[in-house]
Amino acid sequence: METKIRARAISIGVVIVVCILGIIGFPKNFQELKDNLRSRIRLGLDLKGGTHLVLQVHVEDAVNITADEMLERLKDELRAKNIPYADVQKADDTQAQPPKHRVVVKGVPQEKATDLQTLASEQFSDWDLSRMPGDVTSWMLSLKTTAAANIRNQALLQSMNTISNRVNQFGVTESTIAEYGQSDYELVVQLPGVDDPDRVKDIIQSTALLELKLVQDGPFSSRETALAAHGGVLPPDTQLLQGQTGQNGETWYVVNRVAAVTGRDLSGAEPSHDANGRPTVNFTLTRDGASRFGRVTGANVGKQLAIVLDNRVDTAPVIDNQITDRGEIRGSFTPQQVQDLALVLRTGALPASIETLSDEVVGPSLGADSIRHGVVACIVGFVAIMAFMLIYYRGAGVNADLALIMNLIILIAALGYFDAVLTLPGIAGVILTVGMGVDSNVLIFERIREELRLGKAVGAAVAGGFEHAFVTIIDTHVTTVCSAAILFTFGTGPIKGFAVTLTIGLLANLFTSVFVSRVIFDYVLSRREKGAELSI
Amino acid sequence: MEFFHEPKIDWMGIKWYFIALSLALAATGLISMVVKKGLAYGIDFRGGTVVTVKFAKAPNLDAIRSELDRQNLRGATIQRIGIPSEHEVIVGLDLKTTTSSEALDQGKRAIVTALSGLFGQWQAGKVDFNNSSPQTVSEHLLAADPLGLASKGIDTATKTYQDLAEALINYRNNPPRSGLISDLQELSSVPGVNAGVIATLRNDFFLSSFAVKNSEVVGPKVGKDLRQQAVYVTLAGLGAMLVYIWFRFELSYGVAAVVATFHDVIITLGFFSLLNKEITLTVIAALLTLVGYSMNDTIVVFDRIRENVRLNKRENIVDLINRSINQTLSRTILTSGLTFLAVVSLFLFGGEVIHGFSFALVVGVIIGTYSSIFIASPIVVSFQRRLAGSAAGTKSKNYSREAVPARR
Repeated sequence: METKIRARAISIGVVIVVCILGIIGFPKNFQELKDNLRSRIRLGLDLKGGTHLVLQVHVEDAVNITADEMLERLKDELRAKNIPYADVQKADDTQAQPPKHRVVVKGVPQEKATDLQTLASEQFSDWDLSRMPGDVTSWMLSLKTTAAANIRNQALLQSMNTISNRVNQFGVTESTIAEYGQSDYELVVQLPGVDDPDRVKDIIQSTALLELKLVQDGPFSSRETALAAHGGVLPPDTQLLQGQTGQNGETWYVVNRVAAVTGRDLSGAEPSHDANGRPTVNFTLTRDGASRFGRVTGANVGKQLAIVLDNRVDTAPVIDNQITDRGEIRGSFTPQQVQDLALVLRTGALPASIETLSDEVVGPSLGADSIRHGVVACIVGFVAIMAFMLIYYRGAGVNADLALIMNLIILIAALGYFDAVLTLPGIAGVILTVGMGVDSNVLIFERIREELRLGKAVGAAVAGGFEHAFVTIIDTHVTTVCSAAILFTFGTGPIKGFAVTLTIGLLANLFTSVFVSRVIFDYVLSRREKGAELSI
Repeated sequence: MEFFHEPKIDWMGIKWYFIALSLALAATGLISMVVKKGLAYGIDFRGGTVVTVKFAKAPNLDAIRSELDRQNLRGATIQRIGIPSEHEVIVGLDLKTTTSSEALDQGKRAIVTALSGLFGQWQAGKVDFNNSSPQTVSEHLLAADPLGLASKGIDTATKTYQDLAEALINYRNNPPRSGLISDLQELSSVPGVNAGVIATLRNDFFLSSFAVKNSEVVGPKVGKDLRQQAVYVTLAGLGAMLVYIWFRFELSYGVAAVVATFHDVIITLGFFSLLNKEITLTVIAALLTLVGYSMNDTIVVFDRIRENVRLNKRENIVDLINRSINQTLSRTILTSGLTFLAVVSLFLFGGEVIHGFSFALVVGVIIGTYSSIFIASPIVVSFQRRLAGSAAGTKSKNYSREAVPARR
């Protein structure tokens, strides 16, 4: 019996030591202790402040992309519908506020006018078709104002989502992102204190538009040589992109304008290493993307495939055999860059480029008084619970209080481990979790009292109390963990954070109330004189 | 120490009073929500106005907060921003206006009024130069005409004073002043300003020690998606709980527990609507906590019912449930009391910021505890009676004699 208790007591001691070291590390002096605490227990915007960024989303980029796509589609459709044309060109009015997007089709024979009108109204309903003044064969398609506004708003919303995903994936929880200004397409982002703000800013701003395009020709050493190789004019539906600048100078590739697959077809991206141990990013494609990619690579074995990131060719490996669902991005990356690139690829490309308008340090959103009030309230609540347990259960109250303190230590250590950011409501939540955790102790103690009332011997009453209460405790805990799992799986941001805290709190509580309390009881019982009453 | 010694209360006998009370509370809350066209969502959900204010000296943020509270601008966020020596603060206000420009003006005015009391050195009949627009300044100059331009015609005079006012305000706004001057004499270095202009300014204006640099509209931190998501995810969570309880107890217990928990959330939301309290992100967290708490409390009672059913299969279900509630009463009161203690201390001492959070829980803990006894348990009774009735094939008054044993 004695050795069993000792073994258990040692295991509890180990948990406590690990948790405390997890919170404070191995400090050599007081200053180090403070530093360790600061880096492990992150305080939120409300308690400590952080970085305040105002970002401009260049939503016009998204409209331009739509217009470019439309241009390609229009050419295809004109060909498919046998409508001859001399030229299709963009004729945007960039001076207008907001800019107007227009496409001019020249040289459409008069007898095909109705065909063009039908095509426009059926396939390009976001565009208004009108005759160019003074030329019966020329037509202009202009993007409807409502459609353009829609694209801009969508781009803003999508940017917000992408940025918030990136920030969350980076592990910066409890950040805020909101629209800023009166339809200026600006965002305000507040990040709680992070170790490397510049890195987070880079992650937020990288467009991360990944495209895999077939190489038609290249590499060339300059733009001019590339153009010269094609007699000054690029083949139709191709474009000239710059590649990495290496020891041999610049590289340029002539690639297909239309990408075989893009970042949208990614199902995952992970940092990895190539055969030589250099950092790379491995990506996998969705099923749809993989089947398209397989078709293209299968038909073009021996050709080069350009991996294009933000309109720059990263690498252009030769296709050895058909590739379906995976690929690799190589380059001269540091391990950290690879991690960040994998992160931004996973969270998807930004629909538009982003510019930082202002970047400032902000103080805590709560005043010193409010913080003090909140913290005092939490301490008062915690102490009140402990005091009550002592008064009501006397000896056993000490047991419950030890379990409560341990519960708190485990919870704080776990929050530190998960890089959770503590806000004032978060601290209140922690206190509440621990306070509700006292329920398990109450259940056990009440049950022991009942057993004692039934006339059982002290040892049997304690054993019976734990045994009966255990069933209840398991049911209550599993039910709550069930719902926490749902919150975690389907929730995002704050809801997810709540689920994590809740689950950790419950598990810690299960350990302290069922295991730790039991060991303390057993220890008390083993030291007890025969026939003495139990202080409960 | 012991509060209850084997109580023998007939809980099921008095259930109708409490069910009626619940229905009344839920109905009142729902009617209030309908009349007020939904719940009052806070700045997290609706967005608001952000005003940047520059102060001459390092401001006391707590003083600003209490002043704003006093002016009924509750729930403002106040943050120091930029280099500390610039003494700049951003104030996030939660303004209930329909159009953005209205919100901007209102936000600016509200802040100026609120701060005037603290930092204004208000002088009767004078205007605050640090918070004036070029328009106001040029009107005052035109009226006093310190440059004696009246003879040159009204158009020339207006134009000159407008340009001068523009220059004065630009001087004020440019670094190192950045929106704030401390002495009107400083303005004499602006081209075109003479002693007469300074005298006019002194006569018509005073200088407060703060200036509103700009105000902007901010969108919600929590989009519609997240609000809907919170609802769907909570419903899914309740579904998962229902399945677990079904598996561990019986379907009727699961239905009863979920109905009781739902009842708690509805009534708590009703209180928020009735008392015009705002729903913020932390209130959502509190509601999720409440779901867990209420479920926990209900299961403790159910667990005892299940145990008693197993021990005593022939006992009348009503007596059995009464006995189970009485047996767990001591624990129920203790746990709720302790949780209540923690929550009340947050409510009383926690200050404005966790007020909503703790209020939701103060209401929630009471309702959650009470619903286990008066909502969840009666539902189990009625289910079991129906089951026992249909099993017996008769509708005799004695149908509840046979309690259905719960599954393990």
